[in-house]
Amino acid sequence: MRASGTGRPPGRGAAARATRPPAGRVLGLALAAGLLAAPVPARETPAQEAPARETPAQEIPPGERRSGLDALAPGTRSMQLDDAANPGMLWVQDGAELWAAAPAGRPACAGCHRDGTMRGVAARYPAFDAAAGRPVDLEDRVNLCRTRHQGAAPLAREGHDLLALTAFLGNQSRGLPLAPPADPRLDAARAEGRALFATPRGQLGFSCAACHDAHWGRHLGASPIPQGHPNGYPLYRLEWQGLGSLERRLRNCLAGMRAEPLPEGGPETVALTLYLMQRAAPLPVETPAVRP
Amino acid sequence: MARALINLPRTARAGAVIEIKTLLSHPMETGYRPGPAGRLLPRDIVTEFVCRYDGEEVFRAEFFPATAANPYLTFTTVATRSGTLSFTWTGDNGFSQTQDVAIEVT
Repeated sequence: MRASGTGRPPGRGAAARATRPPAGRVLGLALAAGLLAAPVPARETPAQEAPARETPAQEIPPGERRSGLDALAPGTRSMQLDDAANPGMLWVQDGAELWAAAPAGRPACAGCHRDGTMRGVAARYPAFDAAAGRPVDLEDRVNLCRTRHQGAAPLAREGHDLLALTAFLGNQSRGLPLAPPADPRLDAARAEGRALFATPRGQLGFSCAACHDAHWGRHLGASPIPQGHPNGYPLYRLEWQGLGSLERRLRNCLAGMRAEPLPEGGPETVALTLYLMQRAAPLPVETPAVRP
Repeated sequence: MARALINLPRTARAGAVIEIKTLLSHPMETGYRPGPAGRLLPRDIVTEFVCRYDGEEVFRAEFFPATAANPYLTFTTVATRSGTLSFTWTGDNGFSQTQDVAIEVT
């Protein structure tokens, strides 16, 4: 006869206990497994769904380049297209005032650059500055002009006044196609920008190209992935509740990729902007655009 | 003074419905957001907007902390006579701004 009254061989209860740990521990293990496993399907799934856009991502051909405006919700779109509703126009108006205001004893911007002469300028920046010996973006250009010709201190990047002036300049080129200059002195920086765009960076191992070349038009969560063109900057982002430069947007994107942001006003930013302009041409300038 | 963009037709036929769009540059700080030092930023919003047509009130709106920065309003009124439309925004910290726009009614 059996020694115990349970009707079970002695070994079986132990085995059953071993296979059924407390519920809390099961959940903990599942979470840990999920965290460890998550990055792998995230990288594999898109490749399986879209073999045509498998990495290494191809540059978007000119005929397929789409402004972010095309993917906007109708409300945001009409906000951008109506100057009476576009909050970026507040900065454009401020910029027009700054353009006409003369620093003490020196000419105003408008004193040298007569009416209408700045149309098309924003569409071809960044450009090479011979005196500085490097490519400069529009923000740099405004500040160089201030220090060289107006005897004024450079304006803070991302500050209200510089945003207003660049929005004012960009707005004068609205509707013109981006026209990156074919200056051989820019080639090195443009190639560096292209490499920055294609190089995986940050803790998630994403490159710009991994989303904006390979998966544009699809969704990241609920948000459509745009092609990532710089034709509307500085632009009004509803999330920012204000106007911001392309540089700010790049910092945003890099933070989202858990990568180190590029140094403010540094050569990497200008190089990346140079490449982005070439990648976006001939899309029209939309400054000041509105984006969610 | 904050910048305001006001858009309405300069001329209108008597009895016509005219659309008015106003956009005001204002941060609309809610009072619920922590600043860089971790302390809440004090509330700074526009609380009221009034549009008067030759002194007669034709439209009024109240604003609350949930209103976005740079508040935009669009509304309509009936063009009755040539005169002045006056737009007044008032808010926290003694904010008050009035702008006048003339309209010619034929």
